[in-house]
Amino acid sequence: MATKASRSAARLMLAPAVILLLGWMLVPLTMTLIFSFQRYLPMRGGFLDWVGFENYVRFVTSSAFWPAVQATLIIVGGVLLITVILGILLAVLLDQPMWGQGIVRILVIAPFFVMPTVSGLVWKNMFMDPNNGLLSHLWRFFGADPIIWLSDASMASIILIVSWQWLPFATLILLTAIQSLDSEQIEAAEMDGASALSRFWHIVLPHLARAITIVILIQTIFLLAIFAEIFVTTQGSFGTRTLTYLIYQRVLESQNVGLGSAGGIYAVILANIFALFLMRIVGKNLDR
Amino acid sequence: MARSVTTQRKTLNTVIAWGIGLLIFFPILWTILTSFKTEAQAIADPPVWFFFDWTLENYRVVQERSNYSRFLWNSVIIAGGSTLLGMMVAIPAAWSMAFVPSTQTKNILLWMLSTKMLPAVGVLYPIYLIFIQLGLLDSRIGLTLVLMLINLPIMVWMLYTYFKEIPGEILEAARMDGAGLRQEILYVLTPMAIPGIASTMLLNIILAWNEAFWTLNLTAARAAPLTAFIASYSSPEGLFYAKLSAASTMAIAPILIIGWFSQKQLVRGLTFGAVK
Repeated sequence: MATKASRSAARLMLAPAVILLLGWMLVPLTMTLIFSFQRYLPMRGGFLDWVGFENYVRFVTSSAFWPAVQATLIIVGGVLLITVILGILLAVLLDQPMWGQGIVRILVIAPFFVMPTVSGLVWKNMFMDPNNGLLSHLWRFFGADPIIWLSDASMASIILIVSWQWLPFATLILLTAIQSLDSEQIEAAEMDGASALSRFWHIVLPHLARAITIVILIQTIFLLAIFAEIFVTTQGSFGTRTLTYLIYQRVLESQNVGLGSAGGIYAVILANIFALFLMRIVGKNLDR
Repeated sequence: MARSVTTQRKTLNTVIAWGIGLLIFFPILWTILTSFKTEAQAIADPPVWFFFDWTLENYRVVQERSNYSRFLWNSVIIAGGSTLLGMMVAIPAAWSMAFVPSTQTKNILLWMLSTKMLPAVGVLYPIYLIFIQLGLLDSRIGLTLVLMLINLPIMVWMLYTYFKEIPGEILEAARMDGAGLRQEILYVLTPMAIPGIASTMLLNIILAWNEAFWTLNLTAARAAPLTAFIASYSSPEGLFYAKLSAASTMAIAPILIIGWFSQKQLVRGLTFGAVK
């Protein structure tokens, strides 16, 4: 149907986006790759030496590496667990008949629109502050000693803050998926005498499988990269230094660009593993 | 009989759902309330809820002391500019892939998506260096460009899924009626594409407004948008709860409102059309 002229016009229309993204991807990534094989210290004049894979080895053998991997896994895993489980429950709940459904939905998704620095600081100061935070008021009300959240329970605090931000995302997507469920199927199961729990287990949950996978993959990619929430709260101390934060510190704080770049390449590889799975699912969707 | 049971269940659902909804919304509500208190009331124990002397003092002080409106303006320029610029590139791209697909279309789309997955920290130093070289550090134009590029894949994808839904038969019908390419685009396609374009722009404004990696790392005093301004409240200013709340409330209010309007389109944009 498309003529030759319209084909070349289409290619012309596509070109700016492709060229921009290609440049955006290739130029900095190539630079990072080159830096990662160098001893590159901006404070001492920049490029000093080619060092082969030394930075890669040093990055993974440094004492900060495994704790950072651990922190990353705990934060990503913890947030995923909380948001997916609560997200499913909330989505099922919000799908039930009730009064004021639209308003409840607005209340539930609101945290997603709060900028990360605001949620980090509001939680840190107004809720988790050991002297004046609302949570410490609550603890004292029950006669308990307030928890010093961001130092004594630092991981739990970060997980709580980030989960609060991402629960709306999981809920909204799972709710959209539930609403596309054929209600006749549910009604038929109901008539056959299936209990609410078995209806959930045998019909709703399998129907949600794909949406859950998508939520997990997209959230993983974003959660691996969380930055501002840690930047404004613990600054990576008290065991909350994730891989992203470690690389950031290597590059901009201690200005060891070679070492940080090797870490950056590890981060790119890690993100791409999850991205591959996500793109498979999304790609299948394109064919339909 | 059956009816009373459903009413009972509906009441129960309503109570539980509102309870949970208010709990999740509470930190935002508390921030908004605190922004109207005095500093003493803001840290009072037991907390004061609604019955306090409502005051606008905090908003005035935040504006006067730190010239709040400059950061707000930076946010508006950067979020709005990156969205407009992005649309100028994304609309033609999505258009051509939706209406003149080739064998490569799917691969191009997936490749674009993969650039979105690139962890920012992995390219932080190169971008930093390029920005220094080009004199773009702490400039609105530099940040606008970066935010446009990081969100371009989402814009293209979202527009693509919308354009794809415009039925091809309509175009053929228009052509049979003797419409030229220009008329076809102007009178047939554009009206059908506008809702998709509008939702894509809204989502992109939200994402750009809240972006907090590049805005924190590439700006200082001049081009800092609200994300970076709020981060400056880390300490000790953050202990002035009422002022922190006022600054936060002003920073999130516009996006809360836009977000609530575009919640349905959000799903499509954020899942790259995989969940609709």
